[in-house]
Amino acid sequence: MAETDTSNEAYETGSPAIRAAVAADVPAIAALDARITGLEKPEYWKDLFARYGNRPQRFFLVNTAANGHLLGFIIGEVRVWEFGSAPCGWIFAMGVDPDTRLQRVGSHLFEAMCSCLAKTGVTTVRTMLARDDELNMAFFRSQGMTGGPFIQLDMPLGDFMPDADGQQGGAR
Amino acid sequence: MRLQKATRCALFAILELARYPDRQISAADIADKYGISANHLAKVLRNLAQSGMIESMRGAGGGYRFSGNARRISLFQVISMFENVCEDEHGRQEAGADSEIGRVLGGVIQEIDAITCATLKSITLATLLRTMEHPRKVAGAQTAAE
Repeated sequence: MAETDTSNEAYETGSPAIRAAVAADVPAIAALDARITGLEKPEYWKDLFARYGNRPQRFFLVNTAANGHLLGFIIGEVRVWEFGSAPCGWIFAMGVDPDTRLQRVGSHLFEAMCSCLAKTGVTTVRTMLARDDELNMAFFRSQGMTGGPFIQLDMPLGDFMPDADGQQGGAR
Repeated sequence: MRLQKATRCALFAILELARYPDRQISAADIADKYGISANHLAKVLRNLAQSGMIESMRGAGGGYRFSGNARRISLFQVISMFENVCEDEHGRQEAGADSEIGRVLGGVIQEIDAITCATLKSITLATLLRTMEHPRKVAGAQTAAE
């Protein structure tokens, strides 16, 4: 990893619309997320900002209109040796005001995030999406992302769930 | 996964037309360029024209022109006009599918189909053309020519 200071505070995008998120952005970010997902989770966003705002190798960026209105946000970080992977950038949250779609709000955020990540020395950016999330998958594809070398697997934990008396299930 | 001949013809044709949306291109030119049967292509172009993705131009210098929205048409939409790329979505039942082995095999095929479908649905004609014309630079792999 490069030793450059890559905290949000030190980051300059070169675009007046994109900047590091500040605490005052959190309510608008939470509201935008609630509008997109239909789920209100203000505590989650406060917690996320506490963990990702102004942290080295973690980037929480917003795209705002000239009047300060939030148009979108993106969060990413460098993860090291997770799942055996060499250090790489991860984008794990993104949201764009639905009224501003097709105006390159998301593209600018994505490009700014890639610039931030590249400055840390990583050479790959990665994300994970629900298979039926066609909108976001089409967006990331349109940015040049393709299927990567990992496949996500999962399994219901039913067989391992504790019984009512607290004993671990033993169906296997 | 192997696409049928008609599907491949359709993809070559619609991508060629979407690549040059201001041009009228003849079926013969497309067939020559991609080494595909003109007869096969003619049928495929009729289907694409009926869908509204392309339009047939009559008269001298006629041919076909792209008339859809390349940012909205996915590979899945084009492919599914010519074949059932995700069999499970169409409820196909094969012999033995209800057996114990059939069910677990079906689960694996279903998983593969789901990934195939998700991939094809997420790639638009515009994305594919952009990938071709502006491939992302691989970090650390710059050549002297760059």
